[in-house]
Amino acid sequence: MMNIVVLAKLVPDLVEELTIDASGAALDLTFARWIINELFDDHAIEQGILLKERSGGTVTVIAPDLEGADDVLFTAAAKGADRLIKVRSDFSAANNHAVARAFSAIIKGFQPDLILTGVQAHNDLDGSAGPLLAESLGLPYVGYVSGVALADGKFMVKKEYPGGLIAEMEVTLPAVFGIQAAEQPPRYVAVSKVRQAMKTSSIEEMDASDLDLSGAPEIERMFQPEAAAHAEMLEGTPEEVSAKLVALFKELGVL
Amino acid sequence: MSQDIYVVIEHLRGQVADISYTMLAAARELSRATSGKVIAVLLGHNAKNLARDFAADQVLYLDHASLAEFTSDAYQKALAELISKDQPRAVLFGNTSIGADVASVLSMRLGLPLVNSCRSFTSEAKFISQICGGKIMAEGELPSPTALVTMVPGGYQPDQGKSVESPPVTESAVPALEALRVTLSKYIEPESADVDISKEPLLIAVGRGIQNKDNIELADALAQAIGGVVCASRPVIDQGWLPTSRLVGKSGKHVKPKIYFAMGISGAPEHVEAITQSDTIIAVNTDPRAPIFNVAKYGVEMDIFELVETLTETVKQAK
Amino acid sequence: MPIRETFWNIPHWAEIAQYVLALLTALVFIYGVGHRVLRWRKGLPEKRSGHFWARIWSLVTQVLAQRRTLDEAYPGLMHFTIFWGMLVLAIGTALATVDWDVTNLFFGFQFLTGWVYILFELTLDVLGLLVVVGLGMAIYRRYVTRPARLQKFPTLENVSYAARDDAYVLLMLAFITLSGYLTEGLRIAVTQPDWAAWSPVGSAISAAFLALGDPANQTLHLIVWAIHILSAFVILASLPFTKLFHIFSTPLNIYFRSLEPAGALQAPRSEGGVKEWKQFTWKQLLDFEACTRCGRCQDVCPAYASGHEFSPRDVMIKLEMHLWEKPNGRALHGDVVSAAELWSCTTCRACSQVCPAFIDHVGSFVDMRRYLVVEGTVDNQLQKALANLGRYGNSFGQSERMRAKWTQGLQPAIKDARKEPVEYLWFVGDYASYNQTLIDVTRKTAQVFQRAGLNFGILYDAERNSGNDVRRVGEEGLYEMLAEKNLQALSRCKYETIVTTDPHTYNTLKNEYAWNGNRPRILHYTELLDELISSGQLKFSKKLDARVTYHDPCYLGRYNGVYDAPRRILHAAGCELVEVPRHGDRAFCCGAGGGRIWMEEKPGRERPSEMRVREAVALDGVTTFVVACPKDVTMFRDAVKTTGSESRIQVKDLIELVYEAM
Repeated sequence: MMNIVVLAKLVPDLVEELTIDASGAALDLTFARWIINELFDDHAIEQGILLKERSGGTVTVIAPDLEGADDVLFTAAAKGADRLIKVRSDFSAANNHAVARAFSAIIKGFQPDLILTGVQAHNDLDGSAGPLLAESLGLPYVGYVSGVALADGKFMVKKEYPGGLIAEMEVTLPAVFGIQAAEQPPRYVAVSKVRQAMKTSSIEEMDASDLDLSGAPEIERMFQPEAAAHAEMLEGTPEEVSAKLVALFKELGVL
Repeated sequence: MSQDIYVVIEHLRGQVADISYTMLAAARELSRATSGKVIAVLLGHNAKNLARDFAADQVLYLDHASLAEFTSDAYQKALAELISKDQPRAVLFGNTSIGADVASVLSMRLGLPLVNSCRSFTSEAKFISQICGGKIMAEGELPSPTALVTMVPGGYQPDQGKSVESPPVTESAVPALEALRVTLSKYIEPESADVDISKEPLLIAVGRGIQNKDNIELADALAQAIGGVVCASRPVIDQGWLPTSRLVGKSGKHVKPKIYFAMGISGAPEHVEAITQSDTIIAVNTDPRAPIFNVAKYGVEMDIFELVETLTETVKQAK
Repeated sequence: MPIRETFWNIPHWAEIAQYVLALLTALVFIYGVGHRVLRWRKGLPEKRSGHFWARIWSLVTQVLAQRRTLDEAYPGLMHFTIFWGMLVLAIGTALATVDWDVTNLFFGFQFLTGWVYILFELTLDVLGLLVVVGLGMAIYRRYVTRPARLQKFPTLENVSYAARDDAYVLLMLAFITLSGYLTEGLRIAVTQPDWAAWSPVGSAISAAFLALGDPANQTLHLIVWAIHILSAFVILASLPFTKLFHIFSTPLNIYFRSLEPAGALQAPRSEGGVKEWKQFTWKQLLDFEACTRCGRCQDVCPAYASGHEFSPRDVMIKLEMHLWEKPNGRALHGDVVSAAELWSCTTCRACSQVCPAFIDHVGSFVDMRRYLVVEGTVDNQLQKALANLGRYGNSFGQSERMRAKWTQGLQPAIKDARKEPVEYLWFVGDYASYNQTLIDVTRKTAQVFQRAGLNFGILYDAERNSGNDVRRVGEEGLYEMLAEKNLQALSRCKYETIVTTDPHTYNTLKNEYAWNGNRPRILHYTELLDELISSGQLKFSKKLDARVTYHDPCYLGRYNGVYDAPRRILHAAGCELVEVPRHGDRAFCCGAGGGRIWMEEKPGRERPSEMRVREAVALDGVTTFVVACPKDVTMFRDAVKTTGSESRIQVKDLIELVYEAM
């Protein structure tokens, strides 16, 4: 029975207009909508459920107590998660070092075989949570993972490199993986199923120890890059334009 | 304790990744502010020859059988030892499948601060990181004593990190790499037949401007030369000139390539909404008022047929 | 005196054998019907009582008068003749039975005598001919002209049971009718009664046998009679097991049809949608059994026309076949009906509109979709749209704070109905609010309202997608959530009438929202403008002089019967309206309904919107394609481009013409 823990991170929704607060050094999160880190952590949950469905085990989903966490957890329960945990602390101002330390203290007690989380998030200013958590727990870490299987007491994971190359890595148990993409895209959960989960499952609340924020850089100012309202036009003959484009391709690292 | 800037070189199967040169260029800028040296750190096995074009003052080469291919565990161990011994001013990693597996772990293990997604450094040795999908930049002092930094492309050109002269290479001691928890089992090659455009880093997109089926071959030739994949907007797919798997748009796939090269695409919202996650959009269109130019970073006002063959040739020569 | 000589030439043993056979036939028949009835009872309950006289009237118009069936001339006439011919022959047989086995047996008298008998003979003889004509038309059509809608029925293990059934029924009916005539002819040939001329067909046949003479004719008569009787019993006994059962199931289905508004979809009767057939209601099961495979639905289906592997006819046939299957592991979802089929439907309701059996196709499809949604079997794009609707209340995935961005710069500013009372609350809808190409149309709508002096306001960011199409996708939970939020927002506002430009929104607000008896007046903007024009509040300053055609949106026309208001507005604005061939309740869907607009498009033949544009372009001198639905604007503008018709026709919302004419 594999004991799977998924750390589900919440991030401010980028759909909402971003503003910088009065200090000029942080985002104004007063009106932020906190949502699951969709591109990655949502996949981590899916991968956990897929593993459970395939090889058996239990899935515990643990999330920081931010507005929106209940929704994330109940949705996970509707997908098949067995245990839901919300960790209480002031996470809206926390960094990943602090999150990793706080969560590692709690997760350690679960004695997991496998910990999954999204490989990155758009607000990772001090590194990604996965490897920070792994090191806090003293466990091996592999990121950019797009497939996990258990074979002969070891994990076989698929790690993605640019250009579609995949490395198959063998990792000892227990381990932490940063999920790039689940083996299947996250499934749709009907609203009725989430509502059902709200009735049948409950969220355990746990308190985090004091947040230790060390390890992150200090931000002096934040700013929005100049919006390119219109494309920068490349002028010239076809030959000249071609040369400019090739230079651009090189600069952007594709040639 | 030194003012040197270390750059952890990324390479995969004998190929040095572009991000390594981008980092060398960044390190050069940073070293001016810190008055230290740029030191390339190369980990590998029988891979010393990779160091020949690094624009660095010195190359530290760590050779070990377990470093022949990248694995997070071995890299972490080797680098932890090196960094705690040398205590450079900063260590640059790529914010990539390689660097990101290592930098955060070292930050926690060594108790060193980490700056993530750094795009560039200022002349006062401040870092500028991009967050929130590039919508926000964050600036701050390079933290002390040793700043671990992961770098994203865009701030420097890889060419700036190359040098015609080979830098001096010093072999550095490698700790015992024992009881490794992560090992490489094998590489799996990407399937060439089965293209998933939503994962491709370089897309050559064609729209109505391509006019007829035969012209798809022109786009194909360019794609092959540059190493990209052809995709298309709705009208082209509707004509049956390309399979639906290549459809980009509201009714097709959403893509997020590094470069989206749009030829003859006007930029209807249905199309644009599917490409906004692209890093860089380059558009070629005869109509200067085509909305695609409002989302593209670079634009060319030209008939695609005037450009595409010349461009293909230029790309071939540049390789 | 003319009298019906029952069992003439029939030996007593044969007479007795006939009664034994009749008893056996009755037993098999009762068993078959009983099986069907018990099967209906396995379905879930559904209330279809009340409106007795309206239901009876349906039977008169749709069964006796065959109104819908007669919508199409050839098949209509074909069926009408068979129906009435057979009905009269059946009544005749019943009368003859009463005459002999009741009145004669028990009371010693016969009423089929004298002129009554002559009339009886004449009627049966002539109406039998109607049946022959009808059956001839049917055989010719099915096996010679072979229209597509009667071909390629779904099969089970490569056997086309439907085609077999059709052939069996048709040939048996023909055989019985012809053998009946033959029996009559032979009888007349032998007995040569004085009144033979009153059986013109029988007499004509008898002429052919006169030469044969007796006793050959008498023997032949007995043989043909035996065959006739035998085949009649066979078809009666097999009736509950063949499509002939539609003579009961179809009228029943017409009687029990829903008399609710077409736009009011039933909430799920089984939690999690229909997973297996027993989760359909008895009425839905009756639907499947009432289907006669006439294929009219397939002919009008936009999904079928655009090359989807889908036909409402086929789904009905497959469901009916499935009911007969013994438990064999074949699942309703996947084995019988595929997800791809279910997702193809645009819920345009063209199928139900033409169905002579009054089948509610869309209701069953949505019930099955509900299961797919709960199982998570939705395509990526639809999943994204639903996730966006859940999070932001719109399918565009944009912040609700941006919903009223289109109002920026409008002077005077549009009232916030949450803050001040208004007369008209304009429910703007997703597409009109967020779609960049539609913002111009939306702003013009606001300006028309302003110039007409309306006291109106909008909900600003409190509005959510109305949920009409969310519901039709099968995401009932999400629909409820959206509807609750909208009702909550509306309950805090003071207004008299809700107006919307979106027929989908209009439909669900009007027919499905739980207003708890306090439903406000809900108008489509065409209805509102029509009112304003006739009351003189809205005046046009110029005549547009344009030759236009008009596309009836499914959810405005077919679902809610609004056909005239938009046409009157066009007329008032000085437009000359040229109708597309498929208009009014036969309008051809744009392909976007039922959530299709959120789904991935599969490669197929031409898209419905493109066929529609071609239909319009073919009209003489028409340069403007007028629509009255925001989704139609995007669908058809796209189709005009993809068909390369930009120079021929342009797509305009009706409001744009009104704006121009003001």
